[in-house]
Amino acid sequence: MQPTGAALRSVEPNQGPLPFCAQSPFGRAVRRLLRNRSAQAGLAIVVTLVLIALFADIIAPYAYDQQIRQPGLRRRSPPCIHVLGCEREKPQLLMGLDGNFRDLFSRVIYGARLSLQIGFVTTGTAILIGTLIGAVAGYLGGWADMVLMRAMDVLLAFPSLLLAIAIVSVLGPGLINTLLAVAIVSIPVYARVVRASVLEVKEKDYILASSALGASPWRILLMHVMPNSLTPVIVVGTLGIATAILDAAGLSFLGLGAQPPTPEWGLMLGEERNSVFNAPHLVLFPGVAIMVTVLGFNLLGDGLRDALDPRRRV
Amino acid sequence: MGRFLIRRLLLLAPVLIGILLVTFVLLRLIPGDPCKSMLGERATEEKCDAFRERFGLNEPIPVQFLRYAANLLQGDLGVSIKNGRPVSDVLAERLPMTLELTVLAMLFASTFGVALGVISAVRHNTALDVGAMVFANVGVSMPVFWLGLMLAYVFALALKGTPFQLPPSGRLTAGTELPSLLTVWGIEDAQGLLRFVVLFISNSVLLNALIQGELDIFLDALRHLILPAVAVGTISLAIIARITRGAMLEVLTQDYVRVARAKGLAEHVVILRHALRNALIPIITVIGLQIGGLLSGAVLTETVFSLPGMGTQMVDAIIARDYPVVQGFTLIVAVIFVVVNLLVDASYAYLNPRVRVS
Repeated sequence: MQPTGAALRSVEPNQGPLPFCAQSPFGRAVRRLLRNRSAQAGLAIVVTLVLIALFADIIAPYAYDQQIRQPGLRRRSPPCIHVLGCEREKPQLLMGLDGNFRDLFSRVIYGARLSLQIGFVTTGTAILIGTLIGAVAGYLGGWADMVLMRAMDVLLAFPSLLLAIAIVSVLGPGLINTLLAVAIVSIPVYARVVRASVLEVKEKDYILASSALGASPWRILLMHVMPNSLTPVIVVGTLGIATAILDAAGLSFLGLGAQPPTPEWGLMLGEERNSVFNAPHLVLFPGVAIMVTVLGFNLLGDGLRDALDPRRRV
Repeated sequence: MGRFLIRRLLLLAPVLIGILLVTFVLLRLIPGDPCKSMLGERATEEKCDAFRERFGLNEPIPVQFLRYAANLLQGDLGVSIKNGRPVSDVLAERLPMTLELTVLAMLFASTFGVALGVISAVRHNTALDVGAMVFANVGVSMPVFWLGLMLAYVFALALKGTPFQLPPSGRLTAGTELPSLLTVWGIEDAQGLLRFVVLFISNSVLLNALIQGELDIFLDALRHLILPAVAVGTISLAIIARITRGAMLEVLTQDYVRVARAKGLAEHVVILRHALRNALIPIITVIGLQIGGLLSGAVLTETVFSLPGMGTQMVDAIIARDYPVVQGFTLIVAVIFVVVNLLVDASYAYLNPRVRVS
């Protein structure tokens, strides 16, 4: 790390000519991405989290719902780490016990799996539907555009988390309904982004050529317009995963999302929020987990934007 | 300027109708029979018929929508199913708390956010700049409710006994009471809009204390709101700081800044009067955009600090399946959100005359 502000500058200077083999647009984007400090940090965090999620069964010393009852172990026991001088007779508890005698460290580890799933599933769903709406609106124009985009405007007129809360209140609390609500409220963002880039792409000569060759509108839309319009979606989607994880955690914190004993970080915080004064570790660790995850996707998203946005390439 | 505002107000109409449609549809999306889900599974057929009659659920959907809109125009937001009180009363009681918190958080976020952004831009690439931007990146990634809990731990427990100790919950110190303005002004039997407005102001403790000249209570209420406001405002502060820094860095390279320096103006005059003023448009946009996040943050944070605002009310209403309350609050918040965005647009036109023409 240089001690300067380079890590945070949005544009990295072009460090000399690139080798010939890396000149494809994709290769160039990847190189720019890997050279970007915030992308490096973000990618490191996200890859680590994915590994933790994949190998949660091996990393976590206990099951997420396993109660550890031993003489001398109290409910909400603080962390006990042997190398830091905790008695060897006691079981090692990296983050302490929660209110139900469960190992908090194991629950936080399993929580990574859940939070990544929440982030990917909601954002994936929202991108799928949003892209379709945006592409159809931008490509067809006219009244379809008008109706679809005004509908999106109305959804955007609500603060997203509050609309999600309202949707969950109607559908009933639960993890699936939370995912659905968070996905619904993020659709308009993707619809707008895709529409804007479709409007730009559809005027290009290769679209005209394809249409002159007799391709059907759907074929043009799916085979030519969409692949060329998706770059901004990658950026917005990465940042969207961060928002989705935060929103879902918020709903679970209020008791409207995941239900016990699910190891969801927001729910873990919500369950133990009244213990903050006598067992702060129960609030600290799940919160840090959320923060690090969200930070990872935010940094990666910023890095992707710098690497992929043509306006920033100069 | 006038014509610009009128045009924007006219464009608001379809969005408002859309908001009405969404909140209306929300109540119709309840899975199963709304009567059973609101009155409980054991509701008899007669009770359900009376219920449908009362809420007009046996009429065609368009008629129901028109009735809903007409009631709203008369200030009738429906009746809470849980305790039979008008939703407008519940709002007058709970909303002021949430708005106070949102406004304070916004003040905190914009003052410190803009200051931090300007300082980072001026001290570009120094340790201060790097530190500020690391803080900004971490700040946008924190869940508000977690930050609230951590602040409560630090300022109420760890700093206990120091001058920095702050109360972790409640709106006023126990035992402190502030009479309602309805009583103070002797208009307890007021009805309609007057009653709503007076109740609203009266429940906004900061305003009420000022009106009654109770400075001690005002300061006490303010002290109780510091931690929640910091928790709610931090994400926005970080976002505002990032945008301010970016906008300032761009403006500082402009020729007129060089000219201002060349003619020997003091550095703070160059920064504040020449650079910041021209960087204001993106900054105001982003401040305006924060209102939604701040309102959501307020709702999440109230439960942490046991503040009697809309957030705690919403959670209760959702668990009790008190849909009219949820509906009323969602509607009000959306309207506030849209109106603030309109004000932001209007401020562009004020700051940048070119916007008025296009």
